[in-house]
Amino acid sequence: MSRAALLVLADGRFPAGGHAHSGGAEPAVAAGRIRDGGSLEEFCRGRLHTAGLVAAGLAAAAAAGCDPLALDEAADARTPVPALRTTARRLGRQMMRAARATWPSPELDALAAARPRGAHQPVVLGLAARSAGLGPEDAAYAVAYETVSGPATAAVRLLSLDPFDATAVLARLAPDMDAVVAEAVAAAARVPQDGTGALPARSAPLLDITAEQHAAWPVRLFAS
Amino acid sequence: MTLAPPPPAPTASAVVPPAARQLRATARIAAVADPYGVSRLPVLDGDGPLALRRLRSHDAAARVCVVGAMSAPVGGDHLRIEATAGERSDLRITAAAATIALPGHHPGTARYDVALDVADGARLDWLPEPLISAAGSDLIQTTTVDLAPTARLVLREEQVLGRTGEATGRLAARLTVRRAGRVLLDQETAYGPGVPGWDSSAVLAGHRAVGQLLVVDPAFEEQPVPVRTLAASDGPGQAVITPLAGPAALVTAVAPDALAVRRLLEAAAIPTGW
Repeated sequence: MSRAALLVLADGRFPAGGHAHSGGAEPAVAAGRIRDGGSLEEFCRGRLHTAGLVAAGLAAAAAAGCDPLALDEAADARTPVPALRTTARRLGRQMMRAARATWPSPELDALAAARPRGAHQPVVLGLAARSAGLGPEDAAYAVAYETVSGPATAAVRLLSLDPFDATAVLARLAPDMDAVVAEAVAAAARVPQDGTGALPARSAPLLDITAEQHAAWPVRLFAS
Repeated sequence: MTLAPPPPAPTASAVVPPAARQLRATARIAAVADPYGVSRLPVLDGDGPLALRRLRSHDAAARVCVVGAMSAPVGGDHLRIEATAGERSDLRITAAAATIALPGHHPGTARYDVALDVADGARLDWLPEPLISAAGSDLIQTTTVDLAPTARLVLREEQVLGRTGEATGRLAARLTVRRAGRVLLDQETAYGPGVPGWDSSAVLAGHRAVGQLLVVDPAFEEQPVPVRTLAASDGPGQAVITPLAGPAALVTAVAPDALAVRRLLEAAAIPTGW
């Protein structure tokens, strides 16, 4: 296995379309809930321990070789709002295209054939990590990092926040990312025996509500 | 009602260990449809703090009210309600008052488990009053629903974090709904001391009451509910009505208090054909 493959997968320049999404930061900025570095950190911590934990668990399980279609169904059950299901599948389709070009594998081909309109992005990311020879912990780290780096990057553009401040926020969240990854990997390890019900299902009511409010905006900078 | 584990034989110097005061109680409700289509209640077994009352019914449905006869759950208690709606039966369950999770005299997480099973052609309403997490309490709540392919369900859950002017206790809840062998909804919430990010702007942003109303009906397969967002008319609080990835509609609401959450859930007015 090549550890450097994790840097390729987690790189913000990996062409999987994530830059067009704010991870809920755009409506939070509009509502005045993200105003500066401190409030950005608070938002990111909440997103990381809810949506981030769920996504990291799904990715870890996919990287460990669990049935991706069962994981895709588990992702649907954990995503009650259609705006976020649509976003996850759109990002999954783009991740699939990039992953098949980067680390081709029969498992990626099979999932792409079974879900032509896109599987949930964390499931595709986990399978891409597996195709790259990476493990569940690597996949969970890539997801945890992207859960907070997405809103942080978006906040820089939306608020003209100092990029140094945004990066400092990410660094301060490192211990939280470690904790989320550990919980996600431990849960994923129970899936072969206990099924997908072993995976985290932590919800964030406001992320769900504001995702649908945002999807109805006539003009917006980010797709989600 | 049983006290578990059984108290040790008292001796002159022994203090009864805290575990002896922990409560284990399971209440059971079962409805069946008689040959005339009227729902009967062959099983209606309250237990300990979970007293059950049969309510007068003006139609063919069977109606049950859960009456909290004692203060529970407190630390270490383990309460469970099981309700089954047999084929083509109609079972409506409500509660007389809010459930308050309280700290016990001894440490330990309390558990409150609800298991609902709805057979083909049957309808089950599970409409309890809010669950209030008092300061210092520690409760894990699970709600597990198994639905047959043509079963219908109306389920409401409301969580209130702390009594008026009070900090919240720790409240973790998981709602799992399986339908025709597939998981339709799996959601976990965790709020209170020791839960990272629970009060952040991504999760609650200072709101102290959360509510969900779930309606499952095979008719939504043909005609899913459209997405709608709602704002409280007289103050802060917001909600969204969404179709799940299956024949179901879910309302999710957050608001400063229980009353505002209830108003949002009622304003959602999900259309049902029944």
